[in-house]
Amino acid sequence: MELFIAIFTGTIIAATPLIFAALGELVVEKSGVLNLGIEGMMLMGAALAFWAVTAGCSMPVAIVAGALAGAAASLLFGVLALTFLTNQYAAGLALAIFGSGVSAFLGRGFGSVPIEALHRVDIPILSDLPLIGPLLFRFDPLVYLALLMFVAISWFLYRTKAGLILRTIGESPQTSHAIGYPVIRIRYMAVLFGGLMAGLAGAYLSVAYTPLWVENMTAGKGWIALALVVFATWRPLRVLLGAWLFGGMTILQLQGQALGLQVPSELLSALPYLATIVVLLLISRNRQMLALHFPASLAKPFRPAG
Amino acid sequence: MHPRLELRNISKRYPGVVANDDVSLSIQPGEIHAVLGENGAGKSTLMKIIYGAAQADTGEIYCDGNAIAAHNPAMSRALGIEMVYQHFALFESVSVVENIALSASGAFDLPSLADKIRELSLRYGMPIDPHRQVHDLSVGERQRVEIVRCLLQAPKLLILDEPTSVLTPQAVVKLFDTLRQLAAEGCSIVYISHKLDEVQELCDTATVLRNGKVTGTARPKETTSLELARMMVGSKLPEMHVSPAAPSEKPVLEVRNLSAKARDHFGVDLKDVSFDVRGGEIVGLAGVSGNGQAELIALLSGERTHGHYDAIKIGGTPAAGLRPDERRKLGLAFVPEERLGRGAVPSHTLWENAVLTAHRLGTVSKGLVDRRKASIFAAGVIDRFKVKANGPGATAQSLSGGNLQKFIVGREIALAPKLLLVSQPTWGVDVGASAFIRQTIVDLSRAGTAVFVVSEELDELFEICDRLLVICQGQVSPSLVRTSTDREEIGLLMTGRKMSKDRSGDVALQD
Repeated sequence: MELFIAIFTGTIIAATPLIFAALGELVVEKSGVLNLGIEGMMLMGAALAFWAVTAGCSMPVAIVAGALAGAAASLLFGVLALTFLTNQYAAGLALAIFGSGVSAFLGRGFGSVPIEALHRVDIPILSDLPLIGPLLFRFDPLVYLALLMFVAISWFLYRTKAGLILRTIGESPQTSHAIGYPVIRIRYMAVLFGGLMAGLAGAYLSVAYTPLWVENMTAGKGWIALALVVFATWRPLRVLLGAWLFGGMTILQLQGQALGLQVPSELLSALPYLATIVVLLLISRNRQMLALHFPASLAKPFRPAG
Repeated sequence: MHPRLELRNISKRYPGVVANDDVSLSIQPGEIHAVLGENGAGKSTLMKIIYGAAQADTGEIYCDGNAIAAHNPAMSRALGIEMVYQHFALFESVSVVENIALSASGAFDLPSLADKIRELSLRYGMPIDPHRQVHDLSVGERQRVEIVRCLLQAPKLLILDEPTSVLTPQAVVKLFDTLRQLAAEGCSIVYISHKLDEVQELCDTATVLRNGKVTGTARPKETTSLELARMMVGSKLPEMHVSPAAPSEKPVLEVRNLSAKARDHFGVDLKDVSFDVRGGEIVGLAGVSGNGQAELIALLSGERTHGHYDAIKIGGTPAAGLRPDERRKLGLAFVPEERLGRGAVPSHTLWENAVLTAHRLGTVSKGLVDRRKASIFAAGVIDRFKVKANGPGATAQSLSGGNLQKFIVGREIALAPKLLLVSQPTWGVDVGASAFIRQTIVDLSRAGTAVFVVSEELDELFEICDRLLVICQGQVSPSLVRTSTDREEIGLLMTGRKMSKDRSGDVALQD
């Protein structure tokens, strides 16, 4: 039972940064913009949040700082891709590389500083319930925030007019422009939101999950978040399930290594990445469903006519 | 009383062209006013100016007697001017009611908006289900959505740009009833068209444009088509010469029990399609777009192959599994619907585009392009088919639609095909070039080539075809001889209904 609780809670925690980053990217891509720079934005968020803690800021302030760092990095991408209409693939890749470089530079000073991790919540009564308590009510606040974001984003996209506008801009910015919606401004807001979420994901890694700062500590989670969005066929629920799957595999392979399985540890470490992509590939084979949810204008530059 | 809308001396020039030159017109409340003209006469520009999507260089616009100063679409809609575009501005991935909610002002309340849509669409006799996804709708249904979207704003002036180009004859009748009902309630209607019969049937007054200028105003119901046509195209009207066909003994193209699943959600499954095309005859395929034409054309041209090799035979050879180049070796030539992107590479020169299909005629030797021969070939096509272009070195995208279409048709004909496949031969092409292209196709067939034409323009099919097929929801009707059928029969088949004599007087309408 102890082991089950450990695996379950470990899964939820490991999935949290992916949920933030992938849901943010989902919103960006739904507006028709492809930002490949999640990895870079996460690293910026991670570095800044960690720095803020070592500089004596309170935890909430540090996390907000991390989120803002991600948003600032995304703004760079936004200016390139939306205002100057550069190729979105190139601009996103540049952001990924830039973010990893800048974060390594900023992080030089605090390589081995130990910090205190984000505290877990302690809800009276609920946290003390047998089984249910340790399973559901002893996480840190960001875990709950991630789930809240999932509900909020699903509701926003499919139940509000603003969400409808965002989705239709992703299908045809020309038509949206003709109806009179400010396509570029809305895409900027989506990109900034994506940056905020990626920054949050990075902050979670450096101040709650590990908690320490290592160069390139995201270890490809930004790219997995990107793949999650695509293989989840641009649907929030599938993003959530995919993130949990990845988290689960991460924890299982750690347990496997701890139990001393006779498999090279490199191979075990690759397992979560492999398993997530295979499963998501299988569920995204239905091309008709794909065509329905795919933002048709994805990665195509848009310049309002006349 | 002030006119609902008055244009005074509107001029608009684009680099190199005068789109509108000193255009004036006036429309009374409740009037249905036609703006008649060929493609390229400046109709669409004029509508954009009325709607505020483009600004006139000079001239004034008055609405109910008040001058409109700074004009834009938002201003139009505030004044009660609504426009139904030729190419609909609908989002495919969301529902009807969501589409309409996007352009409606006020609270985001889908259930009550859906009720309004249902009520309004029934009142004007064009029922639509507000909760259906737009990609599931036929083109005619999409047009209803556009019209209902405009009607929800209770417009004072409704602009329709070539609204019938995508409709069956029966749906056109229905649309006209709706428009008359609207006009009777006091709404003014601007009806843009190049179809004389429709304008004569529907409109109270007409303003005729040619080369951006007003060449006349008329009361179409009291004016003959000949007079209207003269105003539209000038003095010389193109004439067609269609001699009787002499079909070959054996078919050149045989299609037998061809069935195929659609490749994506937006496509149509083909069901058990069979027909023949013989040498020396033209067979036309009629149908409302989106009923499987694209799938059939892809299978015939070889863009899509099929496992049953015998399902398609070209000159007796099983060809359904062959690639496009292999089919071309059997004598197939193909003119696709999209000129730019499929028929020609927009940014490449005409001689380069000629090489794409004419590489068998010696323009390529040992894998290298012979520029000189290719240029001569392209120049020959330009000359023979009267293409207005700046020589073989002009890029495909620099040509007007009609001229590029002449070049593409000419390029394919120069290959001396045994079988010519043409999709929408004159779509978006002006009257003069259309007549030339049709005549060219007729001449080719009379010289022995089998021709298969897919078109949404019934007039065109009736003009050039010897036999007609009708496609509806992926099923193709038995062939009808042109001289013994009529538009009504074809129209009924287009809606998927069988013709029955006792009901012919009471035509049921497409839902």
